[in-house]
Amino acid sequence: MTSPFRTPEGGRIDRATTVEFTFDGETLTGHPGDTLASALLASGRHRVATSVRLGRPRGVAAAWAEDPGGLVQIEEPFPEPMLLATTVELHDGLAAHGLPGQGRLADVPDSARYDAVHHHVDVLVVGAGPAGLAAALTAARAGARVALVDEQSEAGGSLLSGTERLDDAPALQWVAAAVAELAGHPDVLHLQRTTAFGSYDDGFVLALERRTDHLGAAAPKHVSRQRVWRIRARSIVVATGAHERPVVFADNDRPGTMLAGAARTFLHRYGVLPGREAVVFTTNDSAYDAALDLSRAGVRVQAVVDARPEGSPRRGECEHAGLRVLSGAVVTGTRGTERVTHALVAPFADGQVGASTAIGCDLLLVSGGWNPAVHLFSQARGRLRYDEVLGAFLPGEELDGLAVAGSAAGVFDLAGCLADGQRVARAALSALAVPPAADDRLPAAPAPVVPAAPVVLWRVPDTSGAEGTTSFVDLQRDATVADIVRAVGAGLRSLEHVKRYTTIGTAHDQGKTSGVLTSGIVAELLGVPVQDTGTTTFRPPYTPVAFAALAGRDRGRLFDPERVTALHEWHVAAGAVFEDVGQWKRPRYYPQPGEDMAAAVLRECAAARTGVGILDGSTLGKIDVQGPDAAVLLDRLYTNLMSSLKVGSVRYGVMCGVDGMVIDDGTVLRLAEDRFLVLTTTGGAATVLDWMEEWVQTEWPDLRVHCTSVTEQWVTFPVVGPRSRDVVGSLFPDVDVSTEAFPFMTWRDTALEGVPVRLARISFSGELAYEVYVNPWYAVAVWERLLEAGRPHGITPYGTETMHVLRAEKGYPIIGQDTDGTVTPHDLGMAWAVSKKKPDFIGKRSFTRPANADPLRKQLVGLLPVDRQTVLPEGSQIVEFRADGELPPPPVPMLGHVTSSYRSAELARPFALALVKGGRERIGDTVHVPVGGTLVPVEVTGAVLVDPEGARRDG
Amino acid sequence: MAELLRTHPLQAWAGAFERLPDTVRLTAEPYVAMVDVRLSAVGAEASAALGLDLPTAANTWVPTDDGRAVWLGPDEWLLTSTTEAPEELEARVRAAVLPLGGSAADVSAQRIGLRLTGARVRDVLATGCSIDLHPRVFGRGRSAQTTLGQAGVVLLSLSDGGDDHVVLVRSSFAGYLADWLLDAALEFTPTTARQE
Amino acid sequence: MQLIPCPWCGPREEAEFSYGGQAHVPYPDSPAELSDEEWAHYVFFRANPKGRFAERWNHGAGCRRWFNAIRDTATYRFERVYRLDDPKPGVTELARSREEGTAP
Repeated sequence: MTSPFRTPEGGRIDRATTVEFTFDGETLTGHPGDTLASALLASGRHRVATSVRLGRPRGVAAAWAEDPGGLVQIEEPFPEPMLLATTVELHDGLAAHGLPGQGRLADVPDSARYDAVHHHVDVLVVGAGPAGLAAALTAARAGARVALVDEQSEAGGSLLSGTERLDDAPALQWVAAAVAELAGHPDVLHLQRTTAFGSYDDGFVLALERRTDHLGAAAPKHVSRQRVWRIRARSIVVATGAHERPVVFADNDRPGTMLAGAARTFLHRYGVLPGREAVVFTTNDSAYDAALDLSRAGVRVQAVVDARPEGSPRRGECEHAGLRVLSGAVVTGTRGTERVTHALVAPFADGQVGASTAIGCDLLLVSGGWNPAVHLFSQARGRLRYDEVLGAFLPGEELDGLAVAGSAAGVFDLAGCLADGQRVARAALSALAVPPAADDRLPAAPAPVVPAAPVVLWRVPDTSGAEGTTSFVDLQRDATVADIVRAVGAGLRSLEHVKRYTTIGTAHDQGKTSGVLTSGIVAELLGVPVQDTGTTTFRPPYTPVAFAALAGRDRGRLFDPERVTALHEWHVAAGAVFEDVGQWKRPRYYPQPGEDMAAAVLRECAAARTGVGILDGSTLGKIDVQGPDAAVLLDRLYTNLMSSLKVGSVRYGVMCGVDGMVIDDGTVLRLAEDRFLVLTTTGGAATVLDWMEEWVQTEWPDLRVHCTSVTEQWVTFPVVGPRSRDVVGSLFPDVDVSTEAFPFMTWRDTALEGVPVRLARISFSGELAYEVYVNPWYAVAVWERLLEAGRPHGITPYGTETMHVLRAEKGYPIIGQDTDGTVTPHDLGMAWAVSKKKPDFIGKRSFTRPANADPLRKQLVGLLPVDRQTVLPEGSQIVEFRADGELPPPPVPMLGHVTSSYRSAELARPFALALVKGGRERIGDTVHVPVGGTLVPVEVTGAVLVDPEGARRDG
Repeated sequence: MAELLRTHPLQAWAGAFERLPDTVRLTAEPYVAMVDVRLSAVGAEASAALGLDLPTAANTWVPTDDGRAVWLGPDEWLLTSTTEAPEELEARVRAAVLPLGGSAADVSAQRIGLRLTGARVRDVLATGCSIDLHPRVFGRGRSAQTTLGQAGVVLLSLSDGGDDHVVLVRSSFAGYLADWLLDAALEFTPTTARQE
Repeated sequence: MQLIPCPWCGPREEAEFSYGGQAHVPYPDSPAELSDEEWAHYVFFRANPKGRFAERWNHGAGCRRWFNAIRDTATYRFERVYRLDDPKPGVTELARSREEGTAP
């Protein structure tokens, strides 16, 4: 028998089915409905792991996410570190082992799916305990859109852990009826195994649903394993219950030491006896239920140790059941190695501890009171107030759109929780102007027994001689009372500082049991009210969330959208090697068999300079600018004059920010008196449209002009090289392609079999070139016709790398590569593109700022490595020539940096563009570029290295 | 007139769309002419010139004789036509709105349309769309420019049951969005039809 | 994920918007007549208050319209959004709309 501690009957487990699992290599069994922790306890195993710093044995100390002890690593079905045995649902084939504080990430890819869903509701209820169910029913019956989320595998909350009755029947019957009723409302979303882990602005709550974790290997692969629900609620009801708080004493971390309420949960929900002989140590009445229930289930309760001098009115109940109750007594320590064997019990009065007696036990239950789970309220910036009687922090103010109900608000009796849930839901509905339903009945709960006042006790004075070094506050961090004493002794007053000094509250459990204890102990040491100490800031996530869940489906090829042109499949078929340009996939080069990039690019460049090449330039940004004031707008935004451009012509233009720095460049086609087509860089398409819209909408609403993105309305195929005229002329015979009839920087409209086509004499290479524009519906057809027409001339498709070499040989900068936001048109040698006639344009006034007249501004120049071999790495620094060929000791003054660098087929040597201080004055100088530890001498040249006279553009 | 071959960015996805269940049907809409219309004042004059009433309520669309008129902004609409050629539509609309200070630009190829029908398409959309798609809020005639996955879209509701939508997406993002939708639909796809 | 109320599209997630800095900083009438210092003030200097701040926002992923907003930089709360041609709301007006619950 592997489960000697399993009760003969009862609990929410499926006793008819047995599942097998391994823990620390040992094969054990349990039932569906168990957690790993309950199955381990059923097998008699308390100890789960060793602690992170001290290596002390640690065990299951709570029944859910507040457990500071039972940290495990899952090995099967998929490696996952740092889970709590108390929250891992048992399934067949589960393999796990205890963790000494730190886990190990999987070294195999996670093949499970994760996703996210947006959901909108009127009322979100967090927690399906009595208060939450009452709230959800109230809202659902009123016809509101409701979401009810709860982190457990089934609804019921605290009712799952007890024997309460409602309407004179077991309370869980009402839970089942409530769940069924909610399922009948079409606008109610009810999710179990779903943890609301963060509350954010404007009613936004993130919740993690564990959809298939409990199925183990049987989990369907096409269903996401975990799902992040992005819930937007007009109103939120937080009914998250309360966490039991321990009391700190010496050696309180020994396995077998457990919160009293957790023992009830293990008994009633999982059918497990957490021990045979128990001592119950409490400061309040709630632990009496645990003592009596365990006793009834056959556990020998050796003593109920009540710190209150007057004890509890429930003493009689215990004594009637044969339990010994020691009032005015505390547990001062434990004995045992792997498991508690004795509790040390001593009289306690006026803060003084008497001589202790050892009471034999294998289970020590502790209750120091209850901390309402105010996490979501606090994350929403709700202020907390300290309640002196409860020794706990409660919501201290009303928030718009978020209310707290039930024991999360400090209401601890069943009738009170039901009524509170309903009250809070009705208030939420009223704020949303939704009337409550006429029949809104809740079940009758027995009249509550008014409990005797608890005593607030954070820690028992250490009489063990260990001086608090074994009195654990945060078990996961191995942080003790002694650590807090040291922190306060070091002068720390703020709880935030104490947290960082001691690391309390920074572990996996984020201080669910240790946080308030620390507030209390620090206040005690400082002699200030706990209210003044406060709590540390509650931050999401409430419980740990895997990064995979947060990433959701944005992984692999969906991580970042790939934008492709209409020719993409053609490029793929042609064997193109692609390059990312923003989100675009662009062909970088088209290698032929045996070619590397260098060889392919030299071949493609040679074709464009000596024959004809063709590029898919469709990613260029395109903006349609229309209206009577279109030319006025462009005059204000470009540095040069656009209003003088004739219809049918094209002009290159530069755009600057108000600071005078270049933000984009491109060509402008005048389509009509009142219409222009503005071409931007690929990366600048959205920026430039936004820039235009910003000025038109915010500064110049009087301008009669509209700007529309047409980037994807046209594909653009530059046909480039001395033979381009033959190619374009043969495909479009009705266009006179001669220089005289169709000069450089003009455009013409034509058609191909009825489909409108626009041709433009624009060159980004210095060669004779025609850009062909057509609707992308016909992209493949037109591209293939161009290839066909070019075949006699050896037309060569080329990619972005060749495009870059060709433009760099001509000294044409790429905005964003050769510029960096600190570069003016003058720095680029483009004073010619800056109008002197226009009274103003964006950036003009900045050109006369003193900094822009500095002769040592960095200017764009060419660089030629003297060895005719070295391809300078882009980004290399440029330094003064050193006769000895050695870098001086740092700091080495930098003259500038290499912005573009390529091999040139035309020049038969590598070359580069660079921004160099006072660069144009240095033309002819030799400077050094450190490359891989050696200084490479380079000659500074003008930026235009090929055809400086511009003789080739007309072929 | 010989016809130039037309290609569609989602041609290669047709097979995958075919394998989807009836609860999540995806279909690439045929190419239609689309024009972006800008007009600051909409009134009887504009209706007469255009032969239709542009919707003035934000985030709505209306059917027209041969297409749709979609609100894109307080002075911007998308007009579609299944009967006119792109250049014809632009010329006609431009001529109609120019005297009113408006403008029109052919954007037929800027976006492609995807039709989403079936009982679960709302669930599929909700995996990546932050606006409320509940039929009470987003019934027939509603539209929204928003983000779906990581793509900017214009979303049109075609039914009051929340089971018929059109997504207009930039053509270059069509493949991404199709992959994204297929991936989202996997949960509702019968095992035999899944590409695994 | 905060909601920002677009004056046209209504509340949308903040990720749909882009920030445009301080509102009501008009482009100078005659930049050429400004001193270097005055021009630098226009180009580089913006207020950075704690509390109410008039800002420009753009609903970039939606209707692409610019609008102005009064936002509290300490709480992130949008107290009012208004169109570019609306005047900047005064303090009393904001206080009144808050009391009446008409603020977004």
